Amino acid sequence: MGYDWDFGFLVSRVKNGDETYLDWLLQGLFWTLCVALSAWLIALAIGIVVGSARTLRSRWVAGLAEAWVELLRNVPLLVQLLLGYFVVPELLPRELGLWVKQDMPPALTAIICLGLFTSARIAEQTRAGIEGLPAGQRQAALALGLTTTACYVIVLLPQALRRIMPTLTSEFMNIIKNSSVAFAIGVLELTFQARQMQEDSEHGLETYLVVTLLYVACALTANRGMAWIERRTRIPGYLGSSR
Amino acid sequence: MIEIRKLSKWYGDTAVLRDCDLSIRKGEVVVVCGPSGSGKSTLLQCINGLEPFQQGDVVVDGIHVARAGRALPRLRARLGMVFQRFELFPHLDVMDNLCLAQRRVLGRTQGASEDKARVLLDRVGLSEHAGKYPAQLSGGQQQRVAIARALCMDPICMLFDEPTSALDPEMIGEVLEVMNQLAADGMTMVVVTHEMGFAHRIAHRVVFMDGGRILEDTETAAFFSAPQTERARLFLSRILSH
Ligand SMILES: Nc1ncnc2c1ncn2[C@@H]1O[C@H](COP(=O)(O)OP(=O)(O)OP(=O)(O)O)[C@@H](O)[C@H]1O
Ligand SMILES: [Mg+2]
Repeated sequence: MGYDWDFGFLVSRVKNGDETYLDWLLQGLFWTLCVALSAWLIALAIGIVVGSARTLRSRWVAGLAEAWVELLRNVPLLVQLLLGYFVVPELLPRELGLWVKQDMPPALTAIICLGLFTSARIAEQTRAGIEGLPAGQRQAALALGLTTTACYVIVLLPQALRRIMPTLTSEFMNIIKNSSVAFAIGVLELTFQARQMQEDSEHGLETYLVVTLLYVACALTANRGMAWIERRTRIPGYLGSSR
Repeated sequence: MIEIRKLSKWYGDTAVLRDCDLSIRKGEVVVVCGPSGSGKSTLLQCINGLEPFQQGDVVVDGIHVARAGRALPRLRARLGMVFQRFELFPHLDVMDNLCLAQRRVLGRTQGASEDKARVLLDRVGLSEHAGKYPAQLSGGQQQRVAIARALCMDPICMLFDEPTSALDPEMIGEVLEVMNQLAADGMTMVVVTHEMGFAHRIAHRVVFMDGGRILEDTETAAFFSAPQTERARLFLSRILSH
């Protein structure tokens, strides 16, 4: 086709400034990774706790955890993000709301929203992982005198998390891709930069091609990393841990 | 040592235990048998508070299980439990399986726990396997490790829930042998099993359950020669003809 591919524009200056387009891209990559990784840590921490809570005998706690999951899982991510950005500050106490509106970096809003959204999904997977374990594992741990907390931390979760490594892996890849919605509230991540570069440079095709490759590279790295962890934590002789 | 009085438990409308009375003295070996679904496992799990119950009392060494509250984990640690499917922790090696609760629950040091573990592994004839993972052991070996794990806690009583019914026939003997030895050493034991030969040789009493009730609680010799109830007679003849 007649399009004149030119990737050289990447090292040229942007229209109004000293930076190159490559700088924009790298900055975008940085924010994408920053948002995705931070959100991932939040999602893992909350997801594992809420998922465990859903398997507790206490109706009360389990019900609360279920409400958390249903709430966060059934509202589209983009809507949650906009709610977090525009609506939540209005509901907060005046001082805090003002600070959130004026001084809180939008990246932080994105991290929290994406982290909470993903926590609901990880909670579901954690719950499935725990429920998939033989009931005797919990009984054996408790019978030895372990407290409920110790039973989860030492006995149930290490097994459940190993079992759900494949779904956790795709969740990790998802969170990188999902971080692109952060552009909607002005976080300077990859997608935001791509739009800006397209408008600024008139090299839209090259821009989106490069950005696509960057997303793919991130996802593949995430995938490899998780596979490495999966191998490292494999239990000798245990068939349940290999796929 | 264990007193069960008028114990009843329901799941919704269905009763799984009804008015069970049972008392177990120090050093006694009591075998519990009965058809599938008669409530044997549930009875064991009420003794160490793994299952809550709605009526009656379970008193272990002077402590009411239902009212133990925060003391329940400690109380459980003093009752060793052995399961049909072993329930070793697959992600920990044998040594860690044996040391985990000693350290977490009894507060022993790693060194003291390992010493204890080694003594008990030796006792069940598995000293060589300390570094292996459960999945690398045979069923019989896993069950012996599970018994050693329970013994590491210096229990005042051992509860066995069909310890040999998930095993291939050639491995049943090695596990029963360990249990024989335990009984000979004077351990208090409640054993749910269908191994009537074992019951005959080792048990002081046999408890027969059906439909959530304890129908018989009889001296071993009397149970095998002349069961009091028709149901027990039927059960025995069926199981012995196998
Ligand atoms: N979570 C549960 N909800 C409802 N009913 C249950 C539950 N657990 C057990 N039961 C019922 O309680 C009854 C007693 O079960 P239990 O496991 O104590 O029997 P058992 O004598 O140990 O049988 P088995 O020889 O098959 O192990 C059974 O009828 C079973 O169906
Ligand atoms: Mg049973």
